[in-house]
Amino acid sequence: MATEFVARGADLELKGIRKEFPGFTAIEDLDLHIPAGEFFALLGPSGCGKTTTLRLVAGLDQPTKGQILIGGKDVTHTKAHERPVNTVFQSYALFPHMSVLENVAFGLKQRKIDDPMTKAQASLDLVELGHLALRRPAQLSGGQQQRVALARALVNRPSLLLLDEPLGALDLKLRRQMQIELKAIQMEVGLTFLHVTHDQEEAMDMADTVAVMNKGRIEQMGSPEKLYDRPKTVFVSKFLGQSNLFVGSVEEENASSISINVAGSKITVPKDRAEKHKGKIAVGVRPEKAFFHEEKPKLGAGHNLIGPGEIIDIRFTGVSNQYLIEIPKIGNVTVFAQNIGKSPVTELGAQVWVSWKVEHAFGLSDLPTNTGSETITESITVQ
Amino acid sequence: MAFAAFSHGGGGSKKSAAPVSKGSGKVALLLLLPGLFYLAVFFIAPLFSLIATSLQTMDISSGFPIYNYGFQVSNYIDVVSQYGPQIFRSFFYALLATIAALIISYPLAYFIGVKARRWPLLQGLMLTLVIAPFFISFLLRTFAWKQIFSNESWIVSGLQQIGLLSPDQYLVGTPFMVIFGLTYNFIPFMTLPLYTTLERLDVRYLEAGADLYASPRKTFMKVTLPLSMPGIVSGTLLTFIPIAGDYVNASGLFLGSTETSMLGNVVESKFLKSYEYPTASALSVILMGAILLLVTLYVRKSGTDDLL
Amino acid sequence: MKNFSLGKYALPVYAVLAFTYLLIPIAYTFVFSFNDYRRSNIAWRGFTFDNWTSVCEAQGVCEAFATSVSIGLISTVIATVLGTMIAIALVRYRFKFRSAVSLLLFLPMATPELVLGAGLAAQFFNVGAEMGFGTIVIAHVMFCLSFVVVTVKARVASLDPALEEAGRDLYAAPAQVFWKITFPLLLPGIMAAALLAFALSFDDFIITYFNSGPTETFPKYVYTAAAKGLPGEANVIGMSVFFLAIAIVVTVQVRSSLKAKRLAKIK
Repeated sequence: MATEFVARGADLELKGIRKEFPGFTAIEDLDLHIPAGEFFALLGPSGCGKTTTLRLVAGLDQPTKGQILIGGKDVTHTKAHERPVNTVFQSYALFPHMSVLENVAFGLKQRKIDDPMTKAQASLDLVELGHLALRRPAQLSGGQQQRVALARALVNRPSLLLLDEPLGALDLKLRRQMQIELKAIQMEVGLTFLHVTHDQEEAMDMADTVAVMNKGRIEQMGSPEKLYDRPKTVFVSKFLGQSNLFVGSVEEENASSISINVAGSKITVPKDRAEKHKGKIAVGVRPEKAFFHEEKPKLGAGHNLIGPGEIIDIRFTGVSNQYLIEIPKIGNVTVFAQNIGKSPVTELGAQVWVSWKVEHAFGLSDLPTNTGSETITESITVQ
Repeated sequence: MAFAAFSHGGGGSKKSAAPVSKGSGKVALLLLLPGLFYLAVFFIAPLFSLIATSLQTMDISSGFPIYNYGFQVSNYIDVVSQYGPQIFRSFFYALLATIAALIISYPLAYFIGVKARRWPLLQGLMLTLVIAPFFISFLLRTFAWKQIFSNESWIVSGLQQIGLLSPDQYLVGTPFMVIFGLTYNFIPFMTLPLYTTLERLDVRYLEAGADLYASPRKTFMKVTLPLSMPGIVSGTLLTFIPIAGDYVNASGLFLGSTETSMLGNVVESKFLKSYEYPTASALSVILMGAILLLVTLYVRKSGTDDLL
Repeated sequence: MKNFSLGKYALPVYAVLAFTYLLIPIAYTFVFSFNDYRRSNIAWRGFTFDNWTSVCEAQGVCEAFATSVSIGLISTVIATVLGTMIAIALVRYRFKFRSAVSLLLFLPMATPELVLGAGLAAQFFNVGAEMGFGTIVIAHVMFCLSFVVVTVKARVASLDPALEEAGRDLYAAPAQVFWKITFPLLLPGIMAAALLAFALSFDDFIITYFNSGPTETFPKYVYTAAAKGLPGEANVIGMSVFFLAIAIVVTVQVRSSLKAKRLAKIK
């Protein structure tokens, strides 16, 4: 039995997974491959199916349809306690009636591994809690409990470590610190990590690959940089950071780019940065990649320009100022300007034009639900 | 303090854990069946037995009574006409004793639950004192009251001397004594639920009441009392139900006499002394019916569906 | 000013009076357990330890006490096992007829003991069962069951299901999850339920009297003895049980309060 558990990470493959609960479908037709040794984040709002996915992988729930493979081996019908997978639970789920050391040794004892106490102690030392081994979980702080939960999972050397919003209950400062530690531990032990979270910053900060999940499906998957630079759907563009979206019909097309007409203004996007090249599409740009000008600038073909509009709101956030600009017939556009000494225009009511480089624009595969020339500037996550 | 955050965090997994997959339906059934079967055989079936027995006919042709299954509804009419006073006493005594228990318990529960909130250990010790009577046998404590108020006791002779009782008047055997005993014996059933509600009462409501120019009396009537309604409802039910069926306090052996006989005393003597099973059963069914009706009406009216 | 001080002291004074009232019969029973009584233990005849040193002297007291204890133990074990199973099923599983099951469990608690006792007796009489030790146990399990369910259910509900899932995740098979995680965590609730069941069983008279036949329990002994006068030895037994129960409750309270203080210190 014990030999089945490998010391290094294994890859995880989900094939056509579907999970139905009475009254609703939590996951519909999910395919996913996580290479061995990767730090993979499943990101999405609550109720998107990410925790259900994790529970299916852990074996705590059974999929309605589909296959789960760990290290190439089909474990779909393997019970939770027979899978080479360990979980760090959202509530940590430390056994309150056992000492910290007994908690960590629990999995080793169940598998009848030699010398469980020594190994558990070593694992506690790894997370720098060796001196608290004889305490009860209730006597530890939140951050310490989180580390015990991590040590309890890691000590088993699972092929795959599942993390269910493990930092959710910690305050911001502790969360940052734990993010760094977690990433360091993952690199040290080389295990495959599947991290479920609703915190986009956390996912982008730690993961090699991020999959954005929405309504039981994966909307887009890729490196954090790629997801941010080139979102493919409205949901991803809004869930990861903020976006200004413009909806219009494609009116011009050349070898490398297409242009849409938004209330008389021409907005161009490179073909290789657009999901669709025909019909009505949504084009977006990140607020920090847009600039505004007090006078109508003379810009080359490599730029998009809209306006004039009026500054209707200015927010000072420290590192940057956030401007909200209302452009007639087009809608509200957000622009972030870094505070690097000389600030641009700061008074409300000023008339400005907004521009950005064509290569910073991105074309989406779907349209915002409130279509028309209205732009989407609000985002789900703050900042 | 970090504790609150954890329990909060656990909420998510709790929700997703609730739907259980197919195989565990069998487990649930295996867990439930033995206990439910037990209640079906030894609780539900006896209630039907009781109804069946209450409708039996009596045959005395052979010299001693033999009961046969029948449908003699007239048993009920006989019982009500014959034991009307005892039935009435049961509910009347229960009503008075419940009211007395409420009046005695409320200030006590308020003191323990609200005023003593800052001292949990003291609170715990006072609660222990409240339930202390439960730890000594029900019959022993009732017997103790009988002795304390016995005809030879200095309390009775003292009352006779100051003229509250005439020289040939005694306490034991009077309705007063029975109601006194019933009140005493079931007070903890009243105090505990009252305490539970008052303990959770947010004192800031009271401060808000005072802040909004309500006098202490008004604050009590408009804020405290309505908020403690759930405790009052379950307390009065928990007290009234056992009192209405009690036959120890009203028994001639303890605090009562034949003048204070309640429904329970009739059932006891018919069942265990004169073996008139249909009569005893019919009286029990009447009690059960009345209690069920009362509970339903009471709970519906006060809107506290999830008590107990 | 006068009003203020009155309001401040009225409740504490009232509480002291109320506690005195609640404790009077207990004090009386305690005092008269030392009475050097002759035929009946009514008038004070002098102080003695005899009742305490030779409890079993009075005819039948110890036998009745022993019967009550063994009935209590057997009923408690059965009711606790059955009730715990139901409590776990109610909290952890979804099934049809859930509200019917809840009603079935609620009803015995809302039914007057008189009806429970008479109903069961009618049943035993109709099937021709012989009344005695066995029928008392059956009756006690029946009325203790719902109280066990209510007590254990609260404990199960407060148990985070993630703990059992963590056990499964850490290679524990279902049986091991139950014995190493679920059971130890439910134990305080189960113990409380068992104590409650024992107390209910030990002190029950109303239901027992209908279903006991010739078997004598301690409360039944007191009931029959009340006619001719209760021996001081009965007071001794009553007080011993009382002190034992108080000791258990106070120990539990002091321990949990100490634990809370210790935790508060660490935080």
